[in-house]
Parts: sequence; C-alpha cells; structure tokens
Amino acid sequence: MAEITLDNVTKRFPDGALAVDKISLDIADGEFVILVGPSGCGKSTTLNMIAGLEDITEGELRIGGKVVNNAAPKDRDIAMVFQSYALYPHMTVRENMGFALKLAKTPQATIDEKVNEAARVLDLTQHLDRRPANLSGGQRQRVAMGRAIVRDPAVFLMDEPLSNLDAKLRVQTRTEVSKLQKRLGTTMVYVTHDQTEAMTLGDRLAVMRSGILQQVGSPHELYANPVNLFVAGFIGSPAMNFMAGTLEEGGVSTSIGRLPLSPQLRQALESGNSGRQVIVGIRPEDFEDASLVQAADQAKGVKFRVTIDVVESMGSDVFIYFTQESGLTAKTDQLADLAADSGTAELGSAETVTARLDPTTRIKEGDSAELWADVSSMHIFDPNNGENLTLGASQAAAS
Amino acid sequence: MAAATTPVRKVEWGVANVVVIALALIPVLWMVSLSFKTPAAVLDPSFIPSAWTWSNYHEILSTTQFVRPLLNSIGIGLIATFIAVVLASMAAYAVARLNFPGKAVLIGMALLIAMFPAISLVTPLFTILRAIGLYNTWPGLIIPYVAFGLPLGIYTLSAFFREIPWELEKAAKVDGATPFQAFVRVIAPLAAPGMVTTSILVFLACWNEFLFAISFTSTIASRTAPASLAYFSGSSQFTVPTGPIAAAAVVITIPIILFVLFFQRRIVAGLTSGAVKG
Repeated sequence: MAEITLDNVTKRFPDGALAVDKISLDIADGEFVILVGPSGCGKSTTLNMIAGLEDITEGELRIGGKVVNNAAPKDRDIAMVFQSYALYPHMTVRENMGFALKLAKTPQATIDEKVNEAARVLDLTQHLDRRPANLSGGQRQRVAMGRAIVRDPAVFLMDEPLSNLDAKLRVQTRTEVSKLQKRLGTTMVYVTHDQTEAMTLGDRLAVMRSGILQQVGSPHELYANPVNLFVAGFIGSPAMNFMAGTLEEGGVSTSIGRLPLSPQLRQALESGNSGRQVIVGIRPEDFEDASLVQAADQAKGVKFRVTIDVVESMGSDVFIYFTQESGLTAKTDQLADLAADSGTAELGSAETVTARLDPTTRIKEGDSAELWADVSSMHIFDPNNGENLTLGASQAAAS
Repeated sequence: MAAATTPVRKVEWGVANVVVIALALIPVLWMVSLSFKTPAAVLDPSFIPSAWTWSNYHEILSTTQFVRPLLNSIGIGLIATFIAVVLASMAAYAVARLNFPGKAVLIGMALLIAMFPAISLVTPLFTILRAIGLYNTWPGLIIPYVAFGLPLGIYTLSAFFREIPWELEKAAKVDGATPFQAFVRVIAPLAAPGMVTTSILVFLACWNEFLFAISFTSTIASRTAPASLAYFSGSSQFTVPTGPIAAAAVVITIPIILFVLFFQRRIVAGLTSGAVKG
C-alpha cells in the first residue's frame, strides 16, 4: 500500500531524445491510474521509471513518501506485468510464481501456500507444473498476473498486459483485472494505448502525448471536458469529429451550417472574436436522425442535410458516415498525431464525419438525409495551439 | 520447397549431394581403411584392406607416447573450454546488454585477436612462457587457448544473449533479483544451448590446435595428441609409421564425432520458446 508521487519527472535518453518531459502526477494509495496515449508518447518509459528499470534524468519520484530515484527495482516493493508477460521459460508455472518469494528467502511452506492461493484465484491450479510454452495466451497472461499477486506488493505496474490477447478474451480479462484491483485494494498504474480499456478500467486517466502529460482526470471528466484537441480526439469511440469553423456574432459557421452558441459558450468565448478561425468538435453521439428527435429537443441543436456515404448497423447503434469538404487548412500537430494514431493520416482535405444514430433510423446509404446535431455539448478549439476555448463553459454546464 | 519435388530437380539435388558427401567422406574413410591395414599393405591401393588388423591400434594404445598426449588433450581442452566459456559468457552478456564506453573498441579487439595469425605469436609467446616457467606445462597451453577461445566465445554467445527477450531480465529485477542473480538464475539457463554450442566450438579449436601444441611443449608431460602424431616413429628410422598414424588420427577424430552427435539436439532445441507471446 503506497501512494506514488511524480514530481517533474523527466527522461532524456543518452542520444538526447526527450521521452518524458516534466511529468507531475499524484497517485493516491489504492488508486487505479491509467497512463494512456498513442505509441511513443512516453507512457511505458514513465512506467519503467516508476519500476526502476529506467533512470530518471530529472525530477523526483516518491513511493510511499520515500524518494526512490536511485533505488534498485528490488528495493521499491513493486510488481510488474509485462506486455510480453516475460515468463521464465525454463521454470514451471509454480516456479515462475514463486520466484520472487524464493529470492526474498521466504520459507518454502509460505511460498507454496501463497502460490496455491494465487493459482486458485486465477484458476491455474491444474497448470502449476506445466511450462509457459505449453500454456495458451490467456493462461500465460494469468500466470504473469499471478507472479505479481503472490508478492503482495505496495504497487502493481502493468504495461499493456492485455494487448496480446484476442478481442473477446481481452474484454473478459479486463473485467478480471478490475475486480482483482478492487479486491486487493493495491495502488495500480496501468499503461495502455487503448482508450476503451483506459475508460473502462481506471479511477483516473492520465493522457500523454509526445512525453507531455496532457490531462489527468476521471474518465467522465476527460470525455466531457477535454482540455485540448488531442484529448478530445483520443478519448471516446468513435472519435470526436472535427470541423473548421469561423466565429460569428452568436454562432459559428461550419460546413454543416451555422451552429448557434449557447449562452455559456458565448460567454466563454467572450466577444470580439468575430471572424476568428476555430475548430469545432462534435462527438458522434451528439448527432441524430432529425426525424427521430423530439420536438422539445429540436431547439437545442441544428438541422442540416447531407448525403450519407456509409451506414453501419451494429444492432444497438447505427453509425453513418458522410463527407464534408474540409476547411481544416490549419492542421495542428495534435490533429496530425491523432490521424497517425488512427491510421487516417492520408485522408486529404475532405473530412469524414461519423455520427451515431438511434437504431430505429431508416437512413440508407446514398440517401440525402436530414440530421440533427446537439450543439449544447460541442467544443470549440483554437486551431493554433489546440486549446479548448469552451472549457469553462462546458464545466459550468456539467456542474 | 515446391521446386525440389519435381523428379528432375530431385535427381539434380541427389547428384550434388552425393558429390559433396563423397568429397568430405572419402579422405576420412581412406584414413580408417589405412588404420586397419598391415604395414606391408599400406601401399596397397585398394580401398578395402585385403587383411584386417587391429595391430596399429594395439601399438598406439599401448605406448605412453600416444596415451599420455591423449589425456593431455582432453584435460587441456576441457579446462581451457571451461574458463573461456565462463569468461566469454560474462563478456558477451555485457556486449549484448550494456552500453559502455569503449564497447566498440572491445568488440574490435576481440575480432582482431580472432583474426591474428597465430604463427606471428609463437616466438614472443615462446619467450614469455619460458621466462615465467610455463613452457612445457598444461597452463602454458591453457592460457593461449583461453585467449584464442574468448573472441570466438564472445561472438557466438553475444548472438545467443541478444535472442533472449530483455523483458525477462527486467522481470527478474522487479521480482527482486540483483543483476548477478538475474544473470545466473534467468539469463544463463536460457543461454545454455548457446553455451553448449560455444563450448563445442572452443573445445574443437583446442583439440585440433597444432601450432602452439608443437611449439610450447617438449615432452609428453604436456604434449597434446595432434602434436604427438608428429613424433611417431616407425619400428626403424627408415620406415614411415603410416598405419599407427592413421589409427591415432581415427582415435583423435572419434571424440569429436561423439561430441557433435551427442550435443546436436541440445544445440538445435531452443529453450526460449514460450518465453513471450507465441
């Protein structure tokens, strides 16, 4: 049981590359914190620094109030689950799980007891005498978890522990991890690039990009009040749609029409911003088939007509895609990062907008359909630095 | 390989294989054949001896002139191999895992030593060994053999160490192992196939070494088997002891064949399977 404090922790590799830039984060005792971001954002490096597998270039790291910058991993009372599981191939499951205790010179009887208990919890009892090579992916993953559990450590560190499992098993194991953490009540730092995993698991999320901590908060906070374009686009699935817009008196004009600004938004944007170029962000779930919107709600948003390119029916939802001529000339590096992460880097100037509609919609591919967009929860970003200009407003609206 | 299944291809490959195998095996078989021939029949050109005899083997195995050097070869070879592999595994681990100043120089030096013409070292080493009193002793051969075995060992072993997932070492460290414990309990067992391979290579090099063996020894107290062959004499000084030499050559070759056959599986069997996702 321990709290972790990162105080301006910086990692600079010998070749000069700055992997982590002045990250400050307080993780409370028993908290489940997720470090999330696209590959290369420095999340794994941060985790390795907490584990003691990477040196800290600058700043201070405290575990349980003690500065551990120069402590060896074995002196930090941590357990780690690796992406590749890193099971010892020459040892049986039992030996793998008991290795740490053996190194700590724990009596054999205690080792057996703890290993058997962990094996029971993880449903590995009948595999205890097998080698990792003879186990399935899911079983290996559980052995890796078991190896961490038997230690009874102050802190669990997990480096993308689910990314090698197939999709179905991943969802199942995700629940197991969450239950396990709740039961053990141990501080856990979990690294993932999968925002769904992050949203479903963590008490708090820390979103990172190019070595810089972007925002820390509960899943809902990040979803509702992203501080910048990057967080807005990274959190939420499907991702938030971005459109170019120009601020006008009381509204913003975009490719889907003029969107009125709510009083809160207007206040946040202040006056005198007329004619300013902005990026408007609307989540797919804020769109709806106009014919399905209650009359009372119609006023909250705007209606517009577009040609539907693709309709994907999931049963519970219908996703539709339509393309708008993009005015996104001021591409920020944050948008570029997002595009690279989602693999849509080469889409060109036309932008695809995704909308999630009620499954009762009758919209078909190729239709010219009337859609409705809820503008009360839209975000407006500065195209130059990506900052969310409406942050204060949506916070006010949320509270 | 789909191409190899057509009949023409099969014949082509078959012929090529037979030629290569024949080229490799005929001299060996000729040696075996010679070792079973009587002294009178040594010049007989027939491949299969007309009269088989064990007398050549009896002769060499009943003389300390060959038996003692054979024991020297085994002893010197095993000790030199052991020292070289232990040192090389530590060095190779450092080369594969760590970045330290002068790493490139170290690797370069190792390669340089491996490439160094041994003959140019005979005179200086001879003088040095004489001066420190190691001439014609086991250590006098073991030390140069270790020196020449190390580069070979470092190169082979660092390749094996690179194959071992680094995360295993990280996991061991997080599990509470000191760097030395991580090496001995996790990395070294996984590198065992590599160490066996390296041991075989180094042992073969020591076993076959002739130049140092003949230069740094003067009596059978430390002379190794290959060098002793050169000192074989016939029943009179006018006869060449062809038969005994062939028999001795067969005796020297047998341990090598056994060695390779015995360890072949261990070399091939990779212990690392299942370490990471698969």
